[in-house]
Amino acid sequence: MLVVHCPVCGAEGDETDFHGGGQAHIRRPATHDPANVSDEAQRDYLFIRHNPKGLHFERWRCDRGCGKWFHAARDTVTMEFKAFYGITELPPREVMEAATGEWATYFKDKLKADAKS
Amino acid sequence: MSNKPYRLAQGGSRIDRTKKVHFSFDGKQLSGFAGDTLASAVMANGTKLFGRSFKYHRPRGVVGLGSEEMNALVGVGDSSRHEPNLRATQVELFDGLQAVSQNRWPSLAFDVGSLNSTFSRFIPGGFYYKTFMWPQRFWKHVYEPIIRKAAGLGHAPEGRDPDAYENIHVHCDVLVVGGGVAGLAAAESAAATGARVILADENPQFGGVADICGGTLDGKPQTAWVAEKVSSLAYAENVHLLRRTTVVGHWHHNYLMLFERVADHDPALLRDGAPRHRLWKVRAKQVILATGAIERPIAFANNDRPGIMLASAARAMVVRYGVSPGVEGIVFTNNDDAYQTALVLKAAGIGVRVVDSRGRAEGALVEKTRAAGIDVAVSSVVSAVEGNLGVTAVRVAAYRKGQGRVITERKIPCNFIAMSGGFNPVLHLWCHNGGKIKFDDGLQSFRPDRHQDAITAVGAANGTFALADIIAEATAAGEAAAKRKTKAAKVKLPKAEQDVQKPLEALWFAPATGKYNEGNKHFIDFQNDVTVADLELAQREGYESVEHTKRYTTFGMATDQGKTSNLNGLGVLSEATGKSIPEIGVTTFRPPYTPFSFGSIAGVLTKNLFLPVRRTPIYQWHADRNATFEPVGQWRRAYTYMSAGEDKHGSINREILAVRHKVGLLDASTLGKIEIKGPDAAEFLDCMYTNMFSTLKVGKCRYGLMMNELGFLTDDGVTVRLGEDHFLMHTTSGGADRIAAWLEEWLQTEWTHYKVFVTPVTEQWAQFAIAGPRARNVLAKLGADFDLSHDGFPHMSFKEGKLGGYPVRVYRISFSGEQSYEVATPSNMGRGLWNAILDAGKELGIEPYGTEALHVLRAEKGFIVIGDETDGTTTPIDVGLDGLVSKKKADFIGKRSLEQSYLKGPDRKQLVGLLTEEPTDILPDGAYAVRHVKDKPPMEMIGQVTSSYHSPTLERSIAMALIQNGRARMGETLSFPIEGGKVIRAKIVDPVFYDKEGARQNV
Repeated sequence: MLVVHCPVCGAEGDETDFHGGGQAHIRRPATHDPANVSDEAQRDYLFIRHNPKGLHFERWRCDRGCGKWFHAARDTVTMEFKAFYGITELPPREVMEAATGEWATYFKDKLKADAKS
Repeated sequence: MSNKPYRLAQGGSRIDRTKKVHFSFDGKQLSGFAGDTLASAVMANGTKLFGRSFKYHRPRGVVGLGSEEMNALVGVGDSSRHEPNLRATQVELFDGLQAVSQNRWPSLAFDVGSLNSTFSRFIPGGFYYKTFMWPQRFWKHVYEPIIRKAAGLGHAPEGRDPDAYENIHVHCDVLVVGGGVAGLAAAESAAATGARVILADENPQFGGVADICGGTLDGKPQTAWVAEKVSSLAYAENVHLLRRTTVVGHWHHNYLMLFERVADHDPALLRDGAPRHRLWKVRAKQVILATGAIERPIAFANNDRPGIMLASAARAMVVRYGVSPGVEGIVFTNNDDAYQTALVLKAAGIGVRVVDSRGRAEGALVEKTRAAGIDVAVSSVVSAVEGNLGVTAVRVAAYRKGQGRVITERKIPCNFIAMSGGFNPVLHLWCHNGGKIKFDDGLQSFRPDRHQDAITAVGAANGTFALADIIAEATAAGEAAAKRKTKAAKVKLPKAEQDVQKPLEALWFAPATGKYNEGNKHFIDFQNDVTVADLELAQREGYESVEHTKRYTTFGMATDQGKTSNLNGLGVLSEATGKSIPEIGVTTFRPPYTPFSFGSIAGVLTKNLFLPVRRTPIYQWHADRNATFEPVGQWRRAYTYMSAGEDKHGSINREILAVRHKVGLLDASTLGKIEIKGPDAAEFLDCMYTNMFSTLKVGKCRYGLMMNELGFLTDDGVTVRLGEDHFLMHTTSGGADRIAAWLEEWLQTEWTHYKVFVTPVTEQWAQFAIAGPRARNVLAKLGADFDLSHDGFPHMSFKEGKLGGYPVRVYRISFSGEQSYEVATPSNMGRGLWNAILDAGKELGIEPYGTEALHVLRAEKGFIVIGDETDGTTTPIDVGLDGLVSKKKADFIGKRSLEQSYLKGPDRKQLVGLLTEEPTDILPDGAYAVRHVKDKPPMEMIGQVTSSYHSPTLERSIAMALIQNGRARMGETLSFPIEGGKVIRAKIVDPVFYDKEGARQNV
């Protein structure tokens, strides 16, 4: 039973007061260019997910509180939450840097962009 | 034999000899003393036999001290209060207690199942897997009933549980698990800092094994120190002491469940209104495990006979209860600790000898034992046990480490054995949530290594056994656990004095003269009847991984979760494979540590608190009219209203015909209602629905379909444009909450730039359908301040105004195919309007109708119901609603997925209507259509019935079905085999059975 913290309203509670919404930062291809979504891109969007042993990024909803969606970074081995952040936001820089595998690849460009700005 | 042959004349720190307690065991009236456990009281009456074993039905007696007991499982209480599988060593005696032994038939002393024991060489490990596999048809009718009768542990209580239970949620700074010396020391130092501390122990009293472990603290017995600490902690405001409370599991982020047996020991408390059990759900900042250690049995030939106990348990019987395990005993050990048992027995006047497998025995306790005149045989093992229902003699043989069988034995008459193979730290809670453990060569056991959570182990649980070390370690841990507190702990450590113990030598298997397949059984897991031979056989058969061995032999899988068996099993596997124990690896301990009651899990959430019931404003009227109710989500909806002398079919048909020919009234308040408002509302709805809503004119209604991203139907309903920026969405009754959350999710996570509010308003409105050819007349009679004419208020349009004086929103929409108005009024006025409508409609023949009539009416019209005609893999195209899937919109939820190849395959199931050849045959819901009818399954299935009814309008049965390529098969006749070999044949037709042009709703 995880303890989850809502970064929107500040509520902290058991995971049963929240709703887990699966992997974070999935891009919906049809929103951006609906006429040009390949079968493979749609398949990946629907079905292909990361399954890391270690740092993972997820969506959660503050079900019994403010009702808002937010993001969380969680270690799948220790179950420790490393960060809670807004639904339209990227994780804190140090958490992005700690990502491994597919997540490291995903955050590489974001870190560069972040560094430039 | 005297009346109480095993109760010693003196001693027994826990019993009160002035208070006699009467109880029954297997129907026999017995007595004991206040403070006895069921185990001690029964043994005091001279009975050693407590039960039969699971597989071989071998006679079994008490082995352990407390919760580790694996043999003496009993059922306590009668009928609805019966509780099976309680450990007799933990059951506290009270006047009137009724206990029964388990797993024996017909009686404990004579048991038919013990034939299994005679034939046991034919029942090796994996026997069930090997034997009962074939022939398959024997399983259901021959093997399973026999196995179930002969096996099984206890039986379930009868009837409804009469007692109350509680849940309690608590946060604390430090939870200390186990109230022995280590736990008390840790709690004391944590509490001294001001931290909020909970100290829980599964026993009725704190102190653990302080009373049977010798040694002194500040020159006083350990028990005096314990008493002092317990009373000071009890007065501390920041400490909560929980007795009879087992911490059954540890989960993520230090979430623990504590099972408190509040009233099991004293039924008078129940009568006073106390809950029977209480489940504590604790979130602890820090957990300290002071769970102690459990003594290991030794695997010697027939080590399961009644009268063979753990050395600590034999010692406790004498010290705590004044009960002698026998008159002449053997202490069989590989360590110094068990010598304390020899000394205690001797002091109580019981004959005893020590058999020690080690080559040298020379610790202080050994010397004291010798000095007391007790015979000590070193380099020796017990190689055989004589006796069946009890021990009559043992054979002792010379032994050196690694020896496979013994040559010469000498026989020693005796009637009990106290065995000790060393101690295993109790690591269950440490391991529940992924704590790592490491092997300790000194202990020949595992101890805690690392853990990701804020949890530490102290004392014997951490492999620390010397009293001075325990106190120092526990005190430091308590202080560290509360480190964030401001007050500095000032705990003075007591001076501990104790006999120093020399190391043990591992003894995983004590050899016999013959092999173990010659009538000798060396038990490892007593509760599941797993022997050394079974484990070695599993190895030979290739079950090399310890996890495979565990499942194949079932070792460690009984209700005791391997408390006494796990390490002994690993030791045997280690010797069989030549690998070290750490190389063998360990199996996983799983919660719960000991079984806990379903009642405690449910707490107060039973009966009418089990699930909240949602009622519409008209609920009481329905109930007064004797409506039968059906659950729809958490709602209770009126199913039909039977009149006197009418059955359900009669009333449903009457209600349907009233709608078709006169007018009906339906309470549709449960229908999901969501207001969607904002400048981007129309665009947002275009994203959510398959069809277009931005083109809908203000004051008009449109039926919409909703898919998920996979392209499958998930909801439907009519949405109304109340204003330019303002829509009211109707959802299915069961989908209201889900769809509101779904809309919110997309607004918050994908189309975050839309300015839209989503507000569920289902319960704000009472809503009724007035349907039938005379519907408009009812409205006219009520008096409306808006145009009621067909042209002024056509089908699929909306009016807001007053009806019979009530403020209303009226939607001219139809789920019955008749002229129909759905009238919504604020909930608090619902009942008034409902009555007004009934009054106004009286002379027009208005009749209330329920959900079943509603469903038949819509099926006659071929309208789908999400969840009936769809199953989560059904697309709009499958149900023939291609026309509602926009081709103009660039994007909406699910659009792209509909283009995926797998949804465009040739054999999709499509919605069709069915007419049975025999009009009175009603197809069962879910009946399968098959390509070819055969004598018996399997038959190739090509689709299934989704809705099926008798239609009183058409005076015959009708059905809808999803059939492969259904629309191309119009006119084909399909076969539906149903139960009893009958086959119903039905013709594929258009799913709209009645008024295909839709004329009736449009007048």
